Amino acid sequence: MGPELDFEKPILELKGKIAELKQFMDEKNIDLSDELNRLQERLITLEKETYGNMTPWERVRIARKLTRPTTLDYIPMLFSDFVECHGDRLYGDDPAIVGGIAKFHGHPVTIIGEQRGRDTKENIMRNFGSPHPEGYRKALRLMKQADKFHRPIITFIDTKGAFPGKAAEERGQSEAIARNLFEMSWLSVPVICVVIGEGASGGALAIGVGNQILMLENSWYSVISPEGAAALLWKDAGKAEEAARTMKITGSDLKNLGIIDKLIPEVLGGAHHNPKEQANIIDHALVESLTELSQLTTEQVREQRLAKYRAIGNYDRIQEKTNQSAFSYSSERQ
Amino acid sequence: MKDFFIKKKKYATVPSVKARQDVPEGIVRKCPKCKKIMYVKELQKHLFVCQSCGYHYPIGAHERAEMLFDEGSYMEFDKDMISLNPLQFPNYMNKLESDRKKTNLNEAVWTGKGQIEGYDCAVAVMDKGFRMGSMGSVVGEKITRLIDYADKNSIPVIIFSASGGARMQEGVLSLMQMAKTSAALKGFSEHGGLYISIMTHPTTGGVSASFASLGDYNFAEPGALIGFAGRRIIEQTIGEELPDDFQTAEFLLKHGQIDQVVPRSELRTVLGQVLSIHAEGGVSGWDRN
Repeated sequence: MGPELDFEKPILELKGKIAELKQFMDEKNIDLSDELNRLQERLITLEKETYGNMTPWERVRIARKLTRPTTLDYIPMLFSDFVECHGDRLYGDDPAIVGGIAKFHGHPVTIIGEQRGRDTKENIMRNFGSPHPEGYRKALRLMKQADKFHRPIITFIDTKGAFPGKAAEERGQSEAIARNLFEMSWLSVPVICVVIGEGASGGALAIGVGNQILMLENSWYSVISPEGAAALLWKDAGKAEEAARTMKITGSDLKNLGIIDKLIPEVLGGAHHNPKEQANIIDHALVESLTELSQLTTEQVREQRLAKYRAIGNYDRIQEKTNQSAFSYSSERQ
Repeated sequence: MKDFFIKKKKYATVPSVKARQDVPEGIVRKCPKCKKIMYVKELQKHLFVCQSCGYHYPIGAHERAEMLFDEGSYMEFDKDMISLNPLQFPNYMNKLESDRKKTNLNEAVWTGKGQIEGYDCAVAVMDKGFRMGSMGSVVGEKITRLIDYADKNSIPVIIFSASGGARMQEGVLSLMQMAKTSAALKGFSEHGGLYISIMTHPTTGGVSASFASLGDYNFAEPGALIGFAGRRIIEQTIGEELPDDFQTAEFLLKHGQIDQVVPRSELRTVLGQVLSIHAEGGVSGWDRN
């Protein structure tokens, strides 16, 4: 389950007490099951209270847990016959983005996902899930292949952002991200994007232009990380907690803003508490989305995606001081 | 005695430097690169390029439009479009208001149409004086509308980027403007539209990673800072100092990211050449012979 966070400590303590009590009962052969039941009920209430009212910052910290399931954890639980495909055919293979083909409930799909490590060693290999240009270009290559063979595309977003490195700039990371936005908008197959952990900036968006955007309850998605926002806005990265609130980055915030289509619930305490059950919940959401999108013709798939992005924005005209958006994205999205 | 002498000399120069800086901005300007002082009127005549070292002063959207189009040939679109505050971000509206006064623009981009060397064009010019040229909903919407206009009227699009990137105060909505503008350009491109991107100082972050990098032709002004991530963040991340020319227009040219670095004085000529080549019908032009 990984190290508990500070706000989870009371739960941990209570769990400890329950374990102690059980041990005591076994050793002394005394029946204290009334007391045990009472404690177990309290644990359920406490967990619901703690995990049901998490602040945006607490969700960010859940999203960053090393034990949180990653793209490669979900793939075998959701798909069969996964064949991984490497390389962008231009420069190299980026381990921070994985991709390939597989079957989903028997139907062919293309899968692309950002991949962070599950421990330090793996994180170094995966560059902490921060892609280089070759990662975006590999993703684009696989998306074009999916388009050719009329396979739906499912992407998993999980990144702290594009990698701020010298080589990434030299190899044109701006162009690589821009090119993906440009090309993804025009694909003729359904694209479903699922934010499974962190989603920051162009690094997330580069595999995030879809017909439907789904988000796990404890994931976050924004123009920049809370630390980055705090540093830029207030010259103080320590104000990340405040930024997490102000920047409106959680799944429910984005649902309210009309940016995402579906908020996927998580198992109590976060996906890492029961990855298998979490995969089931994601599976249901994906089946629902694919069923909806399969009703559209190829032309409609493209049109729906273009219309979705065309409508995002919030603005007014000086003359009409109505404080209403001239082109309300929320009503357009219905 | 020797030390004392040097010290004194050093001290004596301080007021004179300060005095030079005190000269009113409106009459003369000091080149930040070679320190040469020039009359603003003289600078204006030379398109705000230092005649001593070639430094290109950043210019506002109005100045750019004035020097770009054939005389009296242009008009502005969507001038009255303004930002709302979708995240209820503290102080955002006040900051917008003060930048409106400062720049005489309602948002960080000017859009319109006009003629360049006789060719009709749809043009966007970003202004770094307004919220560092950052892209929020209005910038994204104005640029998208401009592209739609060009698409309907079958004229080229030219965008002058000058931006620190996505606008923080509109959060994820700013991020989505990257997708919105890029998607509009894709449709335009599929219909055969010509898009010329001109990167000026600075073109960074979300603007660099969307429409600015998507030109059929990508040009940049000399010395312009162009890149995705900030220099300081990169230095901190990789723990090494970056070369002086890192993320300059010249650096991008060397690394294959842009077609040409075009000095401001030659820009109209180069644009005229590209526009005139595209005004011909390509292969089909040979039919007429």
